[in-house]
Amino acid sequence: MNAPVTTLPSAKDFKSDTKPVWCPGCGDHGVLTSLARALADLTCRREEVAIVSGIGCSSRMPAYTNCYGFHGVHGRALAVATGLKVSRPDLTVIATGGDGDGYSIGGNHFLHACRRNVDLTYIVMDNHVYGMTKGQSSPTTEPDWDNALTPGGTGLRPFQPLVIALASGANFVGRAFSGDVIGTAHIIAEAVKSPGFSFVEILSPCITFRPEQRDWKELARPSPVPVTNDAARAARRIMTDDGFNIGILYAGNRKPYQPEIGRAQRSLQDLAREFAL
Amino acid sequence: MALAARPETSPTVSIAMTGSGGSGVMTAGNMLLEAAALAGYYGLMSRTSGPQIRGGEAAALIRLAGDPIDGHDDRFDLLISIDWLNLERFADEIPLDGESIAIGDPSQGEPPAAMIGPGTKRLALPMKDLAKKIPGGRANMIALGYVASLIGLPNDAVAEAVRHTLGTEGGRVTASLAGIEAGRLAAANVPCPHKLAPSRGRGAGRWLITGNEAAGYGALKGGVRFVAAYPITPATELLEWMSPALSGLGGVLVQAEDELASINMAIGASYGGTPALTATSGPGLALMTESLGLAVAAEVPIVVVDVMRCGPSTGIPTKSEQSDLNLALYGVHGDAPHVVVAPNSVADCLATTQWAVHLAEAMQVPVVVLSDQSMGQTRMVIDPPRDEEFAGKRAVAAANGQDYRRYALTPSGVSPMAIPGAPGLMYTADGLEHNERGTPSSQAKDHIAQLDKRQRKLGSVDFGPHWAEIEGDGEIAVLTWGSCTGPVREAIARARDDGIAVKLVSLRLLSPPHPDRLAAALKGVKRALVVEQTHSGQFYRYLRAEHALAAELRAMHCPGAQPMRPGDIYRELVEWSRP
Repeated sequence: MNAPVTTLPSAKDFKSDTKPVWCPGCGDHGVLTSLARALADLTCRREEVAIVSGIGCSSRMPAYTNCYGFHGVHGRALAVATGLKVSRPDLTVIATGGDGDGYSIGGNHFLHACRRNVDLTYIVMDNHVYGMTKGQSSPTTEPDWDNALTPGGTGLRPFQPLVIALASGANFVGRAFSGDVIGTAHIIAEAVKSPGFSFVEILSPCITFRPEQRDWKELARPSPVPVTNDAARAARRIMTDDGFNIGILYAGNRKPYQPEIGRAQRSLQDLAREFAL
Repeated sequence: MALAARPETSPTVSIAMTGSGGSGVMTAGNMLLEAAALAGYYGLMSRTSGPQIRGGEAAALIRLAGDPIDGHDDRFDLLISIDWLNLERFADEIPLDGESIAIGDPSQGEPPAAMIGPGTKRLALPMKDLAKKIPGGRANMIALGYVASLIGLPNDAVAEAVRHTLGTEGGRVTASLAGIEAGRLAAANVPCPHKLAPSRGRGAGRWLITGNEAAGYGALKGGVRFVAAYPITPATELLEWMSPALSGLGGVLVQAEDELASINMAIGASYGGTPALTATSGPGLALMTESLGLAVAAEVPIVVVDVMRCGPSTGIPTKSEQSDLNLALYGVHGDAPHVVVAPNSVADCLATTQWAVHLAEAMQVPVVVLSDQSMGQTRMVIDPPRDEEFAGKRAVAAANGQDYRRYALTPSGVSPMAIPGAPGLMYTADGLEHNERGTPSSQAKDHIAQLDKRQRKLGSVDFGPHWAEIEGDGEIAVLTWGSCTGPVREAIARARDDGIAVKLVSLRLLSPPHPDRLAAALKGVKRALVVEQTHSGQFYRYLRAEHALAAELRAMHCPGAQPMRPGDIYRELVEWSRP
């Protein structure tokens, strides 16, 4: 008997022919490569993966991958991804975006996606700047970073996405660095495999508006401690490190939110009987 | 005596049951409506309440009749109030006159002067004292028994309604029936001119349903199996009804963190192949408008039900208005062809929401359904609805097609949609302008081609006879929409009794406009009265903007909180019909 020959897609197959709009040297190129590699390593089928995004440089990701994609409005990627995954639990759903999209305009959805714990993976390419609008402060920008919109800097304390994710109930929290393509692919693959809401923050330099982020290559290092399933311990570590510890920092065991769907126990006629005298 | 001059029975009887929150007037009102329905009457009950979350004044406004009715009268025959706290706030909503009877509990003092009309007859009923004599007795059941007896509802129908409502709670059933009996005894020798004519029909088989439930059921009939929503008055009951109903059908309702999430979750589910809906009210629709544009551009079918209330801003959340029309028609940024429809009765909430799902799926567009508080929260006795077969299904691309182009420039504008999971058709749905493949494009030729395609879609479907309700004939017409249709219909009937023929044209399809259809419907009409519940005449302005109408138009528009009264429309018609 001849079993049907199925060829699983390679990392290259997960990339589309569309040329990215990203600047040369942008960290997002590396993330695209890592994402494609992770999907190949996971032996995913292209048609069973959906990549959902909002608006921003990194939110262009779906067009550059060769699976199903959705490029929506600014800040709402997690809402689209939630609707898709809850109604189609058979799909692998990954939301991608940047720090402005995810932590500013989409901040409320970030909190509630962590809380809801739908089996999604959320990849944020954090470069501490709005790149698409040419260089304004984002929620993760340093308070004294000078720019045209907020001269002298915002004076505001940077947002702590990983701690917020833990406090809000994310079941998997990791930090990656875009320059480490293999390490990032590994963290993404583990995040996809982990049930529930998995959050991967990727330090992805914007060398156009934040050239000093070239130094991240030297600063990023593997986390000196192993992964924990204790959210409080993970939060303490993240709040006290310098932001460059890379790895899976928390993996919990909360039950994902997935209502049972597709099994009808009643008919429309049953429902109509409620109204009949 | 004035009362003796009236006929012994009335074709319709209007009753207001009022009291502070917790006094049980809504329960008693629902039982009265159900009892009348079981006894073969038609009727409706709407609810009105003060702004307090609990404990505020509340009113069950009920109208019963031998023939189908779809709105309130101009006035009330009976007002029965458990107490009078803050009830002057309802003075405008419960007009009483010299024919009316106001029934109060002497222990609760005098009714507010603002409520009582000139010559309104007053009756005293010691509801609290009578209730105290019954173990577990409550004043609302005394009121129910008293009113049921005054209007001539049969005992067994009231008892059946009580048992149906309270179910197996034996103690409460016994106490309630004892209270109702005490109320009946108290009414024994009280003359009342507001008696229902003997019912000619049978209640069995008819439906008792609110507009919100009907919209929810219509959505499910249309195929919706995913809902995401955020609670908002007066749409919440629609969602609360749908939640277990969806679970039963193998679907799901997700409570979202806000309306921005609601609509995007619905878009995500629909992109995945599941017909999806969200329901909200004006403030929520305002938040959703950006993503309505996304659904237009990415061509994702969704249905958004807006159960309208008084705006702008928080406005008056518990009272009806039609003032979201402009937002629904024009609120979306860019040139964004989409569909706006409106049911025109409680019963029609079912068919029109079902229709909306079919239109959305067939054209891959967002459809806004404009319901309102007065339909959504009114419970009505209706004949069992017909099974509507609306044409139109989503065009789905066949798997492994060659050279798949999601946004292909087809003659109809509708291009087959790939559903994730289908091999060989991977594409990115995009709110960025794109070419036929979905690849982002900033070129004018792609923008024009896709704008044309999206516009073309709205002409690709036959909207069929459901586009409007057209009744009667005459050189005078009333042009209206939504919940104004009921009072307009009643006003036209009164005008007809005076020998004035008036045609009714009630639009369900508001966008895209169909000027040719409307012109045909108004052929031979010399004057048309445009009736709507807005302050600024939004519907009138829309008609003027989109249609070349030969008839002379007159606008009649009043803002919400006050219900539209058939008498006001009738007077306008009579005045205008004079040569």
